[in-house]
Amino acid sequence: MNTAKYVLKRVLFMLLTFFIIISICFILIRLLPNETATMFGKDMQLVLQSRYRQGLTDINGNPIPLMQQYVNFVRNTLIGGNWGTSEKLYFGQDCFQIFLSKLPATVLVNLYSSLMAVPLGLMLGIYAALKKNKWQDHLISTGVMVMVSVPSYVYAFLVQYLLCFKLKLFPVVMEAGTNYFSWAMFKSMLPAVLSLSFSSIAGYARYTRAELTEVLTSEYLLLARTKGLTRAQTTVRHALRNAMVPIFPSIISEVIYVLSGSIIIENIFVVPGVGSLYINSITALDYNFFLLLSAFYTLIGLTAGIVVDISYGIIDPRIRMGSKK
Amino acid sequence: MMNQNNIPEIPAEKFKFVGVDAKLHDQKFDTKQVSYFRDAFRRFCKNKSSVVAAIIIIVLVLYAIFIPVFCETTYSRALTDTTYLTYTKLLPRNPICVNLGLHFWDGGSKTVLGEANYVYTKAIGVETGHDIITKEYGTTTDENGKTAYVARVDNYISNGFTFMTLTEKQYQDIQAWQNETGVQVIYPATNDKKTSDANIWYEANQKGVAKLDKDGNFVHNYKTSGNDGDYNSLRVAGDPGIENPDAQDRYRYATVTGDSSSVSYKCRVFKYAYFQYRYGFEPCFLFGTNALGQDILTRLAAGARFSLVFAVCISAINLFLGCVYGAIEGYYGGAVDMLMERFSDILSRVPFMVVATLFQLHLAKKVGVVPSLLFAFVLTGWIGTASTVRMQFYRFKGQEYILAARTLGASDARLMFKHIFPNSLGTIITSSVLVIPGVLFSESTLTYLGIVNLDSSTMTSIGTMLANGRQFLSSYPHIIFFPALFISLLEISFNLFGNGLRDAFNPALRGSDE
Repeated sequence: MNTAKYVLKRVLFMLLTFFIIISICFILIRLLPNETATMFGKDMQLVLQSRYRQGLTDINGNPIPLMQQYVNFVRNTLIGGNWGTSEKLYFGQDCFQIFLSKLPATVLVNLYSSLMAVPLGLMLGIYAALKKNKWQDHLISTGVMVMVSVPSYVYAFLVQYLLCFKLKLFPVVMEAGTNYFSWAMFKSMLPAVLSLSFSSIAGYARYTRAELTEVLTSEYLLLARTKGLTRAQTTVRHALRNAMVPIFPSIISEVIYVLSGSIIIENIFVVPGVGSLYINSITALDYNFFLLLSAFYTLIGLTAGIVVDISYGIIDPRIRMGSKK
Repeated sequence: MMNQNNIPEIPAEKFKFVGVDAKLHDQKFDTKQVSYFRDAFRRFCKNKSSVVAAIIIIVLVLYAIFIPVFCETTYSRALTDTTYLTYTKLLPRNPICVNLGLHFWDGGSKTVLGEANYVYTKAIGVETGHDIITKEYGTTTDENGKTAYVARVDNYISNGFTFMTLTEKQYQDIQAWQNETGVQVIYPATNDKKTSDANIWYEANQKGVAKLDKDGNFVHNYKTSGNDGDYNSLRVAGDPGIENPDAQDRYRYATVTGDSSSVSYKCRVFKYAYFQYRYGFEPCFLFGTNALGQDILTRLAAGARFSLVFAVCISAINLFLGCVYGAIEGYYGGAVDMLMERFSDILSRVPFMVVATLFQLHLAKKVGVVPSLLFAFVLTGWIGTASTVRMQFYRFKGQEYILAARTLGASDARLMFKHIFPNSLGTIITSSVLVIPGVLFSESTLTYLGIVNLDSSTMTSIGTMLANGRQFLSSYPHIIFFPALFISLLEISFNLFGNGLRDAFNPALRGSDE
């Protein structure tokens, strides 16, 4: 009961936050000098109609007062789900449809990278923790320190130069088309996947090592050993499960962030995903896309925050989220 | 056992006071006092990797400060020079490596040349007398069965020749300079019509493939007739004009066009020597030049200077704002804390990319690109510091020494900034140092993506340099290599330095997240 109340409270606050942020974004975008529909030439009717349907202009295409626009925005867009049509990038097409068509590429690239990073990172971290203060640990820790610090785009350049240009193992940019599960597509995604996963691997390894070394020195592990369990048994059954308490939520948040991806990696490897769409919408000043994607990124961040907090309580029932002193 | 009652009465005069005149003092410490910061410094110095990181940071900062001061040449300043654009994409060249004869970092690259290309390249060397091919690796055969030469080609010389239209004054100046230094800039003009390539000075077919004589030597195609405006300077070997300056078949060094009022000379100019003439030193770029011909060494320093100053400014502003906000939150607690927390909660949830974009769209034209980027960073950047400060205030405000100070009548402000704040200073400084790598990364990402455009002739940022170099990644990786190396080193050392600082100020936290 208590948990349900807590979750409800968090979700309500999240919706409020989302509403405030997106309202500010909307008003700031509407305040920008917006091209009038007459500037679009022969297809202006399309834009005009779309703007009218969204409630941003009157039937003749003249802007209506900002507050009225805002009320219409809340009614038509936030509640009705009408995000308007693209005015520059994909002229006349529905923004939301385009956005949905871009999602698979981003999700797949990030999903593959998570699938690679999580097990590898955990394994490295566990190994380093078990070999604490031996040369293996120092080697992994140093490598992790370097890998965490180096910016992800530097990996992207390295991967692109070494694997794509020099060794010619992979195509330089991602395959076009929507055949997402073909081998050629998978192969063309790999450079982006690799460059994304490096820092992720390092992050997990660092986190796992820190948590596990702390647990490994605790007294109940000593007790477990005295009971007669082998080292492997204590590690897997006792230490690892406790060490996972803070690690697991971060894996869950990674699963959510799979949706949003990394803009810069998508840009470098020309992944036809959400990140590229975002950058294009800014350079082309396509405000409908910009608003939609801002809302999307905000929502992802908010959801991840909540899910992480709630998952703490689910993984470890001793933790009661939001409880008072 | 002695019975108490049996003690005989002791006369009062037998008693005397002890230490009436003695002065009681605390004993002085034999050792020197160690202040909190000195102690932290000592702990920091024990952490070798952090000390190394600190040294690397200092070296990089010195690079950013002093390279533009000492290594700026007439070339790196001359951005509006009309001939500026011709010295593009030169490879990195280290004079030490050149002098030692190493085939590494010498401005050359290992190139596979087809037969025709090989001859073409060699011809430049033959005409100018420079070693254009510094090392032959042998030959290979490509899939079509044609022989290809693998050779190390000096990128500085292989830039070759260009046609340049000079005014009377420029023409005379170059001649005077040639006479003075003995370096040939203007080479004989070639017979027109055959080719538009300034590098082909020899007899060649339509495709530009050289026709060699029977000894395998080039046959020159120099102009031996016409007006060259009384060229009176260095002549190439084999020129009949050396012995007799008035010889009919002397080589002509320019094609004159225009009438006497505005005469212009079209010359074949050797770029390497022209560079010497124009800028007063032999071209030698430690980090090479980029696609616009800008010297990467000084350009990178300018970008690094901007990035570093920017990051430090952001960190300082965030430190200030975060301290004030967090102090008020933490000190007053209760409803004030709740409200302010919710406010910062909402603010921190706005994606940074969105903030930066909106600020650019709204403010870049009004207040400039850099201030609007600064605002974007400040808008959400202080929240991290504020929550650190808040925690510290919660930790200290209930302690006895605060109660004592309050009893003595200290005001809220005094308690906050005189009593609590200094105690949490170490943690706060550490967190603000750890902000710097994040700012560097975000700033380079934004400039790389072109959301923020900082590029101009005098200013750049590392992200912009990376973005500009990206299209040449396959053929000229050096353009991207040095900025990428710089930012990687900077990020690694700032992280190590920050971690060392944290361990030093807060030994209890040691290794908490590594």
